Amino acid sequence: METKGINTFEQLLETCNARGKRVWQIAQAYESEWCEVPVNKVRKCAMESLKAMKEAIQTGLNSTELSMSGMCGNDCSKLQKRFAERPALFGKTFEKILTYALATSEENIRMGKIVACPTAGSCGIVPSVIIAVAEAFDISEERQVNALITAGEIGRIISAKVSLAGAVAGCQAECGAAAAMAAGAATQLLGGPPKQVLNAVALALKNILGLTCDPVCGLVEVPCVKRNPFMAVIAVTACELALSGVESKIPVDEVVDAMDQTGQLMSPALKESSLGGLARTKTALELQKRLFS
Amino acid sequence: MKQTCIFDIISPIMIGPSSSHTAGAVRLGLLAKNIYGEIPKKVTFKLYNSYAQTGKGHGTEKGLLAGVLGLAVDDRRIKNIFDDEVSKNIKYKFEYYEDFKKHPNSVDFVFENGRTMDIYGESVGAGEVCVRTIDGFSVKLTGKYNTLMIVYEDIPGMISQVTALIQAKNINIASLHCDRYAKGEEASMCICIDGDLDNDVIDAVKKMDKVYFVSYIKKLEE
Repeated sequence: METKGINTFEQLLETCNARGKRVWQIAQAYESEWCEVPVNKVRKCAMESLKAMKEAIQTGLNSTELSMSGMCGNDCSKLQKRFAERPALFGKTFEKILTYALATSEENIRMGKIVACPTAGSCGIVPSVIIAVAEAFDISEERQVNALITAGEIGRIISAKVSLAGAVAGCQAECGAAAAMAAGAATQLLGGPPKQVLNAVALALKNILGLTCDPVCGLVEVPCVKRNPFMAVIAVTACELALSGVESKIPVDEVVDAMDQTGQLMSPALKESSLGGLARTKTALELQKRLFS
Repeated sequence: MKQTCIFDIISPIMIGPSSSHTAGAVRLGLLAKNIYGEIPKKVTFKLYNSYAQTGKGHGTEKGLLAGVLGLAVDDRRIKNIFDDEVSKNIKYKFEYYEDFKKHPNSVDFVFENGRTMDIYGESVGAGEVCVRTIDGFSVKLTGKYNTLMIVYEDIPGMISQVTALIQAKNINIASLHCDRYAKGEEASMCICIDGDLDNDVIDAVKKMDKVYFVSYIKKLEE
């Protein structure tokens, strides 16, 4: 199947519609062709990532070890303790999304093994949404792989226009892109057709525009770790809206253009340099003095 | 437009916390070790800028050492590498510098094992790396391709002789990067290829007149 040249969501949707295929089917064919590997190898690779994601969640849920700086690492256990005593206001799946996202991002900062998705700082968002939703609806691992490939394709198309690096486009391009990937993945997981998958991407992205990257002490900890569960919730909100047929008034490719432009307009002080925002607050500067002196 | 693939986005499976400061550091270490050709007995790491300032909080030093020792980005030993058996036989030290002419996330490896080699590399984002100089020669090595590196005398015909040997094997050249100290003096050539070179090609290049040094640098695993 000739799939080269898909670098916008519009092209992706046209290809899906013309062939009556889902996003993951087009994506795995593309991947197979581009990387010169058989489709089953692509799926095996995605399955390995999925397994590593699940392992990171399980390891993270059972640890309270702090990061090297001591700033983060024991918040997931607080959530779990409370949920054991009193369930989350918004139900079991919501509990899982929050704890899985936090477990993964805490595992990351204590030098555990995670899957960068798209980056290490945003590693908790896609896994928490796919795995929590899959558990809620008893969805097979093969279909979880489909969702993960969908997420990868969404990230790939965003990255064709916007570099997925905080230093280039702020946290929009890291946790924000992850939220869009998770939104599309969850929509696929719950049976949404390609059009709804792309609407979920647009709706999620519109709500992360302008997100700054201002890490305290220059470390992937504050606000990154706790941002993961927040972004997972944006993803599932976008998914719910898209599955209901809600459409983004601005087409998804134009939203990506807006994200690119917003990234360019953002001050370098708010793009990973730790020269502005949260990184320059009184407390952040005190922490910095304590950590690095 | 440069094509990317899904597993550029969902990857690597790695030890945290940072793709540039941890996984990138491991990959730089691995690539530097591959260029040197063996695990050195002694290494000095000169960390620059953000690597120097925030490296401790990101495990950058651990990553660099782990890479030089040949550990993969997802090896759980990275976390406690300084106390691990695998680092018992190597002498290492870290130095920290500020130099704004250099990339924010960059490092010099000074390897010693009888012969000395200085390799400068940058962590350019998302775990991607680029080695920029080897013993002062400008190079461009990303670890994404098997690469033939040659140091030779800057005389006419050297490039075509080498590329002809590669062409004879029907192997495609992905990129070619040359540099020289000055006209007629020492020059370097880095040829990135699709696929893999047989030893006979490498041996034939080594036997060429006016070739001083040849190294076949294997690509890094994804």
